[in-house]
Amino acid sequence: MKIAIPVDEKSLNSNVCVSFGRTPYFLIYDTDTQKSVFLDNSAAASTGGAGIKAAQMIADNKVNILLTPRLGENAADVLKSAEIEIFKTTTASAKDNIDAFIAGKLPLLNEIHAGFHGHGGK
Amino acid sequence: MKIAVLSGKGGTGKTLVSVNLAAVAKTSTYIDCDVEEPNGHLFFKPKDIVEEEISVKIPKVDGNLCRGCRRCVEFCKFNALAYIKDKLIVFKDVCHSCGGCILLCPEKALTEKEKLIGRVQKGTSEKVTVYTGILNPGEPSGIPIIKKLLDENEHERDKTVFIDCPPGSACIVMESIKDADYCILVAEPTLFGVHNLNMVYELVKLFNKPLGVVLNKCLDGENPSEKFCIEKGIQILGRIPFDNELGSLNSNAEIAVRKSEKYRTIFSSLLEDVKKEVHNETTSDS
Amino acid sequence: MKQLLILSGKGGTGKTTIASAFIKLSKARAYADCDVDAPNLHLITKQNSLPKKKDYYGLPKAKIDTELCLECGQCMQNCRFEAISADGKYKVDPFACEGCGVCELVCPVGAVTLKPAVAGELLLYTDGEKVFSTAQLKMGSGTSGMLVTEVKKQIKSAAVDVEFAIIDGSPGIGCPVIASLSGVDMVLIVAEPSISGISDMERIINTAEKFGVKTAVCINKFDPNMQNTEKIENFCINQGISLMGRIPFDSDAVKAINNGQTIVDIDCTSGAAVKVVYSKTMELLFEEGGGLRS
Repeated sequence: MKIAIPVDEKSLNSNVCVSFGRTPYFLIYDTDTQKSVFLDNSAAASTGGAGIKAAQMIADNKVNILLTPRLGENAADVLKSAEIEIFKTTTASAKDNIDAFIAGKLPLLNEIHAGFHGHGGK
Repeated sequence: MKIAVLSGKGGTGKTLVSVNLAAVAKTSTYIDCDVEEPNGHLFFKPKDIVEEEISVKIPKVDGNLCRGCRRCVEFCKFNALAYIKDKLIVFKDVCHSCGGCILLCPEKALTEKEKLIGRVQKGTSEKVTVYTGILNPGEPSGIPIIKKLLDENEHERDKTVFIDCPPGSACIVMESIKDADYCILVAEPTLFGVHNLNMVYELVKLFNKPLGVVLNKCLDGENPSEKFCIEKGIQILGRIPFDNELGSLNSNAEIAVRKSEKYRTIFSSLLEDVKKEVHNETTSDS
Repeated sequence: MKQLLILSGKGGTGKTTIASAFIKLSKARAYADCDVDAPNLHLITKQNSLPKKKDYYGLPKAKIDTELCLECGQCMQNCRFEAISADGKYKVDPFACEGCGVCELVCPVGAVTLKPAVAGELLLYTDGEKVFSTAQLKMGSGTSGMLVTEVKKQIKSAAVDVEFAIIDGSPGIGCPVIASLSGVDMVLIVAEPSISGISDMERIINTAEKFGVKTAVCINKFDPNMQNTEKIENFCINQGISLMGRIPFDSDAVKAINNGQTIVDIDCTSGAAVKVVYSKTMELLFEEGGGLRS
């Protein structure tokens, strides 16, 4: 199973990035192999629709689970179509969130904020 | 004759000036291009309203024809398209209606459909024809509405047209003043006012439009905007004093020139001055 | 970081005047001006150092290489934004171009390319304890929502340890406002008791509600129109929106601003009233379970 998390730095101990669409990197953690890969988020520099593009990238990488603090409407639509489950991060560190998720302690992300109409969320 | 009324920020009296000039001119056209916050109609309370819906074109996908090459997804600079589980998804609130995806689809799987973004209302208030553009909340751009408002009035060269512009100096303001023969800049007597006046002044200069300034909310004491005009050699068309009578008429959305002899005189003389200026500019141009 | 956003819907209701008073009263260590079309806050919050400047790139703009151009007219025909003209040579109007890339796509000889374009400037002042983030959009640039996002990003990354920030928003309900709303804990709407002010206030309340942000209203320059002031208050009561108080019209306020002072720097009626509005707002912002985040 592959887990994706928006992160500020290319490290397992990095903080979770507050923005899904404009995060500099995604950490992709494979629970089977216990290996992590870092993807550069090409959507970060988009003037609009960053969440959509980032979600497309997550889906293309065959991710099953996304851990994120917040998510926009459009990105959520993409991820739901791709049948990716979305959980809310509860602490700052990426690693702690992965552990919490595996322990079944992360809640599903329920609040999806309204779209920012292609003009940049957070 | 098209006269655009603009200001660097909202609340300086742009609507006050354009509404009262249009009302005192008697037979005239008033166009509210402040599509995010159209307020002119609150003053004119126009009758016999004819409404037209304004839409833009967005892509529609035929799932049977799409073969998932994703060229449209990669092309779209606005990221309005996603391709997930053998299905193309269009995000209509992100789409800029450029038509690129439709042009490049090798399977002709994309066609266009209309998306409503707002409306244009036309009505009359005494002898003033009132046009109002209204943008639906959350829509990214009001420019298609402004284009429609100004196109409608393209051929009415003989009439006096007053364009109430959106505040600021963004591209939407440029669209509003493109065809104007003359620009009136409304300024407040504050430090903020002069900073914003300078911004619109630069904008109007860029378009080489003749301009003049109306100083609004004038109080006793120093007026930084007046000082600015004198320094830059900008024509001061008139001064509107701050007083309670005007404040109260205006805050109740009454048209001052229709209610008060005093303001009828002030705005009539302002209109005469503006007309003279426009005449001078057009003759000196040719 | 708790973020308080000050909005108005209509311009000129005194948003910046009130924001600057709040900054003074709270001795805020972090504040931002998101009115990137017409920033004013810097005129009244004194900065003692020069800002760090950064170019802001918006959408790229098309450029036509006239050496390569065959003058076939494909680009002009396909441009939806009327951005290409052919006065002799084909050229792009950078103010109308939205950077969609259709012209680049249809050009048979590769004469059109999209080039990055500076759309504004970001400014970050850090003097001593305080961080102030602001920006100025270049004339005629349309993508100010993204610049607003950048202004807010600057304040967040430069003032990590600060628990409270005040953000002066932009007028209207369009994309810059939506961008400034995202992630804030509370919105204070500065309403004005005029028919237009009420109409705009209702629109901005609707927008804020869509984002699920806690919203409160204060009325500025309330006394010239008591009837409308009461109308606003009744509207808020009916909608369940908290009222933070009334601020009178005060000609001393104009004098203070023209001297580069906030209204709480001098002894005046509007300054006294804004202090009450301030303490109520802080109470609501920091109340238990407050800050419904979207």
